[in-house]
Amino acid sequence: MNIVVCIKQVPDTETQIKIASDNKSIVTDDIKWVMNPYDEFGVEEALRLKEKFGGEVTVVGLGPKRVTESLRTALAMGADKAVLITDDALEGSDSLAVAKALAAAIKDLEYDLIFTGQRGVDDDMGVAGASLAELLGIPHVALAVKVEVAEDGKSVKVHRPVEGQTLVIESGLPVLITAQKGLNEPRYASLPGIMKAKKKPLDEKSLSDLGLDSAQFGQEGRKVKVLELTPPPERAAGKIVEGETPQEKAAELARLLHEEAKVI
Amino acid sequence: MDFDLKEEHRMIRDMCRDFSQEVIAPRAEEIDRKREYAYDIIARMGELGMMGIPISEEYGGSGGDWVGMQLCIEEISRGDVAFGALLDVTTSVVAQELDVFGTEDQKRTWLVPIAKGDKIGAFGLTEPDAGSDAGSIRTTARLEGREWVINGSKQFITNIGLDNASLIVTAAVTKNPEKGTRLISTFIVPKDAPGFILGNRYDKLGWHGSATHEVVFDNCRIPEENLLGDPARGFAQHLTVLQTGRISIAAMSVGVAQACLDESVRYSKERMQFGKPIGRFQAVQFKLADMSVAIELARNQYLKAAWLKDQGRRHTFEATVAKLFASEMVEKVASDAIQIHGGYGYIAEYPVSRYYKGAKVLQIVEGTSEVMRIILSRELGL
Ligand SMILES: Cc1cc2nc3c(=O)[nH]c(=O)nc-3n(C[C@H](O)[C@H](O)[C@H](O)COP(=O)(O)OP(=O)(O)OC[C@H]3O[C@@H](n4cnc5c(N)ncnc54)[C@H](O)[C@@H]3O)c2cc1C
Repeated sequence: MNIVVCIKQVPDTETQIKIASDNKSIVTDDIKWVMNPYDEFGVEEALRLKEKFGGEVTVVGLGPKRVTESLRTALAMGADKAVLITDDALEGSDSLAVAKALAAAIKDLEYDLIFTGQRGVDDDMGVAGASLAELLGIPHVALAVKVEVAEDGKSVKVHRPVEGQTLVIESGLPVLITAQKGLNEPRYASLPGIMKAKKKPLDEKSLSDLGLDSAQFGQEGRKVKVLELTPPPERAAGKIVEGETPQEKAAELARLLHEEAKVI
Repeated sequence: MDFDLKEEHRMIRDMCRDFSQEVIAPRAEEIDRKREYAYDIIARMGELGMMGIPISEEYGGSGGDWVGMQLCIEEISRGDVAFGALLDVTTSVVAQELDVFGTEDQKRTWLVPIAKGDKIGAFGLTEPDAGSDAGSIRTTARLEGREWVINGSKQFITNIGLDNASLIVTAAVTKNPEKGTRLISTFIVPKDAPGFILGNRYDKLGWHGSATHEVVFDNCRIPEENLLGDPARGFAQHLTVLQTGRISIAAMSVGVAQACLDESVRYSKERMQFGKPIGRFQAVQFKLADMSVAIELARNQYLKAAWLKDQGRRHTFEATVAKLFASEMVEKVASDAIQIHGGYGYIAEYPVSRYYKGAKVLQIVEGTSEVMRIILSRELGL
């Protein structure tokens, strides 16, 4: 079973995000970049399937050189090889353009399954995975919390929670599955894994290597344009309800809800 | 000149940080309170290969280097310094001594399981009457037929109380067979050797997750081939690995100090007094600024010492500076962290009280601050 996992590099969720002076992008200087957490679930699932069925796991990333580090992390976790699509013309591309580049890099690989995260925790678009499946002409099953590949390795059942129930979707292979929290507990890269990752193949591809026209990428190629970024409004301070007894506090709370918040 | 960590170093640091913050830190308070040996955490550290970072793959390690090992020790100590102590003794001291001075057979038998993390190692130099003056040890070993018979006792022995500790690398006095003069030699004593007695567990001020016990050798018999290295150079062998241990103590100090700073920054943003977070008061800000300076300098110094070691260069001065500076700095940083937390900082459920208790001993183990100053004075030609 050969599996491809797409990896996006995103700012660590603990990073304090600052908006750049153009009001359309963020300041990237002090950011700690990590593998998109949803993609980590994809890597882990792919590794578990490889352990069961054999085959190879290829991780594919896109972006500047620093993305290498996230790909190496996946290699250290146990993936076999990596492809980095890197090209100055990619800077500022939207999700559809990213999916196009990924599709071009993946179409000639052998794969039975593709995992992507259900979304990137940075832009929260949730578009790349579905678009990639569409461009490759394969089915797409979103938001997996459980992936069961049939013993014969020919089909897969994917569990997705819906409104407190579970929807089980069956698909033939190849298929693209987007991973979400709950799918698994990603492993830590082991020390021997980290040392071995250095020696695993990591291919770099430019847009022209992939036979793509750079005019379709970057800011110019965007179908979705960012007009403005604004920080979330500062939360107003909370209020502690005063009172000697629970009864007094409850009465005061009712009064506040009625007179100040005007919700009752 | 290049101050950047290599990619593999960053990956080691990040993985160890994640592990430490996600797996160790949430358990640290309970481990300390219950004085528990967290075998499940130790097993996971072993599976991830932390005990064998600088040991070659051939002997069960990862084929990394000492910079990687010390970064791991810093990050693990940031979660709980007791696990930093475990790594320091197991890898920096015991595994290294086996690796550098062991025979092929000794490495296969004793080093491989330790580097893989299946077994834990302990190191026995200190005795009731021989601490800083370690050359005055009284434990003896004499050859009887094909066996060494060891008599004496060791104290304050880290790790030896763990169920999966397999051996103690120990120093004992022997006689030069020709001249009859006093030598210090080193032996590999398996925990199940006849006459090996695991003594009392110490009730310490901190480091409760670390298994510190007394050891007694009562006509303890080990095979002749358990002599480690050159019988005349046992003491020098110990000093070689203790030098690496001192870099580890510096890394542990930096880890604890970083945890103090993290908690203090967080607390000073949350704690309101006089209508504002205490972090708005310059007196608090300056304490935090000073902490960050001390930590940065100590970290640079232990990394420099580790880097020199990886280059195979002399680093007595640098390792000693790292140990002395970092262990003195962490006591001050931990004290200031409590100060910033006010009364809450003195209460057991706030982690800074645990950091404070764990900091002091870093100025004592593997050579006291005074001993470090003696070494530095010698380096100055005094
Ligand atoms: C938690 C813990 C774990 C330990 N783990 C181990 C272990 O695994 N293996 C092991 O072998 N040992 C271990 N030790 C022992 C440790 O290395 C010793 O405690 C340390 O070397 C100091 O020896 P001492 O306690 O006998 O103090 P002493 O040597 O008696 O020193 C007492 C004081 O006198 C000072 N002093 C001594 N000589 C001089 C001098 N010439 N000039 C100036 N001042 C001097 C010292 O600096 C110190 O302040 C451990 C200790 C502790 C507390």
